[in-house]
Amino acid sequence: MLSPSDWSAIWLTVKLAGLTTLILLVIGTPLAWHLARTRRWWKAPLSAVVALPIVLPPTVIGFYLLITLGPKGPIGQLTDSLGWGTLPFSFTGLLVASVFYSLPFVVQPIQNAFETLDMRLMEAASTLRATPLDAFFSVAIPMARPGFLTASILGFAHTVGEFGVVLMIGGNIPDKTRVVSVQIYDHVEAMEYAQAHWLAGGMVVFSFIVLLLMYTLNRGIRMPKI
Amino acid sequence: MTHTALAHVDARFQLAFEGFQLAVDLQLPGSGVTALFGHSGSGKTTLLRCIAGLQRPDSGFLQVRGQVWQDSTKGVFLPPHQRPLGYVFQEASLFPHLTARKNIDYGRKRTAQAATAVELEAIVAMLGIEHLLDKIPAQLSGGERQRVGIARALALKPQVLLMDEPLAALDLKRKQEILPFLERLQRELDIPILYVTHSPQEVTQLADHLVVLETGKVVASGALAEVLTRLDSPMSQGKEASSVLQVKVWDHEPAFHLSHVGFAGGVISLPYQQATAVGTPLRLRIDARDVSLTLQQPVQTSILNVLPATISGMAKPVSGQVVVRLNLGGVPLLAHITQKSAVQLGLKVGMTVFAQIKATAIV
Repeated sequence: MLSPSDWSAIWLTVKLAGLTTLILLVIGTPLAWHLARTRRWWKAPLSAVVALPIVLPPTVIGFYLLITLGPKGPIGQLTDSLGWGTLPFSFTGLLVASVFYSLPFVVQPIQNAFETLDMRLMEAASTLRATPLDAFFSVAIPMARPGFLTASILGFAHTVGEFGVVLMIGGNIPDKTRVVSVQIYDHVEAMEYAQAHWLAGGMVVFSFIVLLLMYTLNRGIRMPKI
Repeated sequence: MTHTALAHVDARFQLAFEGFQLAVDLQLPGSGVTALFGHSGSGKTTLLRCIAGLQRPDSGFLQVRGQVWQDSTKGVFLPPHQRPLGYVFQEASLFPHLTARKNIDYGRKRTAQAATAVELEAIVAMLGIEHLLDKIPAQLSGGERQRVGIARALALKPQVLLMDEPLAALDLKRKQEILPFLERLQRELDIPILYVTHSPQEVTQLADHLVVLETGKVVASGALAEVLTRLDSPMSQGKEASSVLQVKVWDHEPAFHLSHVGFAGGVISLPYQQATAVGTPLRLRIDARDVSLTLQQPVQTSILNVLPATISGMAKPVSGQVVVRLNLGGVPLLAHITQKSAVQLGLKVGMTVFAQIKATAIV
């Protein structure tokens, strides 16, 4: 069965994925709105940057984050001068890396939802005395609910599934950066196949349930187009 | 409708897109229905969007009932949410995630001077949507949605109501379902209604004042009866050219199944209006092609409605066709006749003739 260090890895994974998703919803929503609405020249380059983590090997993201966040990198020097130390090989560093790594999985579903939003509804809201920000919260976000659900689930699940980035930037420190995927790797290295099975099988079941949930819920709350 | 002394709506807008220019300078009455009529591409919807602040013109001035909403020379521009107006969209544009009641309350709870609960009840009753309040838009028919959309705009107690082709997306049956409500609005509301439409029928039925737009310019603006019959207005020349008469029910003649209505130009017989009391005002539409002219009072004719008139103008919009503008006791009436008839009768401006009216429609 699961050992205390397995449980610790599970808790750490859930914490990391939960926080990552939360942060991504906060920064991803305005970014998605901007990408959905802008007609400026930077739309394509910005979209490409957001989508980079989909195609790049996680080790590449991890490598560059390690350099920028490390003692010699610009952000590393900044965090060091602020007295925060450097971020690599800490939970915070792992969180920063996960935010980059899972960004497209949160931004893209929300952006899709915003792109299909009928802008006449936003105009209707403005003629009904709603300020643009008010209309955004009272019309755009409720209308984009399926997109937000998909974004949350994909962001969470994708963070749970990360491995390469974790190894590069987080290392393998129990209770700090040793997440489930790393723990499974350790078990396999140590030939503890039974232990690995419990965690790996758990991941399969978890992923399946999450995706099942997403597809069922999204079908249920699809907005009728008027 | 009560006629209190109200300031006008003054609108001047200049706007250029690629391939389209809007340049209008209008003074509209502060009450009643003003129809903004034109074909697609005439700029009528753009004009309405400018008034709402949804479209920002290159330069513009807008004053509604004494309040300046926009003045580009002084850098004044109220954003839409700060303009005390109501807007009814072509596709009701209800929020699909909210019930009809919450749609109506959306604007109501965002403005201090909105309709009170009692006033709202009256609005809901006037539009006949009591039974729809707890449904979501997807459960409503097109006509029902439009009625909820109108209630949503009225619940703001706006100082001006803007309606952008509210009937255009509906089939004939739904149109018939909504028109009576719009007529009630016209009678019962004390605010100006600006009504965009491309339907001459809606114009004759609802408007008190008519603005005709063509390729971004105002080609005619004035009282409905006047603009409809102006010979230089495109409306007087088309197949659907018609005149509107404001009449009062005079008396009934049930034996012949007739009612008689009167106006400054005489008395007209109509099919029996059993339900309409003597003294009730009615609006009649008379198509120009249903009016023919004779020089002498016909003595033996099956046409009941023969009225004396003077010719106040003539135009030849297409060869073979003559548009005659008649004056019946100060009320204008259009007749479309053939050029041959005009020549044979020797019609001239100033002549006295008899107008034979073959058919009328109550609108």
